[in-house]
Amino acid sequence: MIQLTRDPIDHAALTELVRKPGCGAVVTFLGTVRDLTGNEETVALEYEAYPAMAEQMMATIADELRDRWPVAGVALVHRLGRLDVGEVSVAVAVSTPHRPDAFAACRYAIDRLKEVVPIWKKDIGPAGNQEWIHPDASATN
Amino acid sequence: MILQVQLFARVRELIGDECCSLELSTGSTVATIRSALGSRYPQAKDLIARSAVAVNCEFAANERVVDDVDEIAVIPPVSGGGR
Repeated sequence: MIQLTRDPIDHAALTELVRKPGCGAVVTFLGTVRDLTGNEETVALEYEAYPAMAEQMMATIADELRDRWPVAGVALVHRLGRLDVGEVSVAVAVSTPHRPDAFAACRYAIDRLKEVVPIWKKDIGPAGNQEWIHPDASATN
Repeated sequence: MILQVQLFARVRELIGDECCSLELSTGSTVATIRSALGSRYPQAKDLIARSAVAVNCEFAANERVVDDVDEIAVIPPVSGGGR
């Protein structure tokens, strides 16, 4: 399942969705809005996507998972719009017969998603200050 | 030919629109698009230089020739993730 949504992500339902009789392992990753980056306080993040390309690239990542690991079920869901601290912005759920593959596939999926899928976030601070996060590729933060 | 270019995130805000039209000659490439956008919107030039360009929802190299039926978008760097 691949989805962009403006509604809260029902991650328990996604975990259930990928559970299969042939799978002894399910790994679910949740990305949540963090209150501090270094010393900078965040009160909310606003997510924006290029929806057509984002969904296409998320589907490609799911295909890559199935090529590399014995994945039976996979769900990739990203939320868009304004999210408060603590809310779930992204969820990845993966099931495989054994746990090493489930961990590896889930890790790959979230890393790849954050690297290539056209979804951006704007950091909103306590004074109403706003900043798009467009890191320099050469920077190591 | 007239090309429509979709804009997102800070590039969208710097240019002040979700989309812009460029009039380019036939045979223009992704590099032509970058250069045309940079001259027209100097305030966004640096960020566009750090951005990717997508043609029909796929990342495209500077040499890629574009046509007016192509869906074109500027893709500023994504957040890449909370390492």
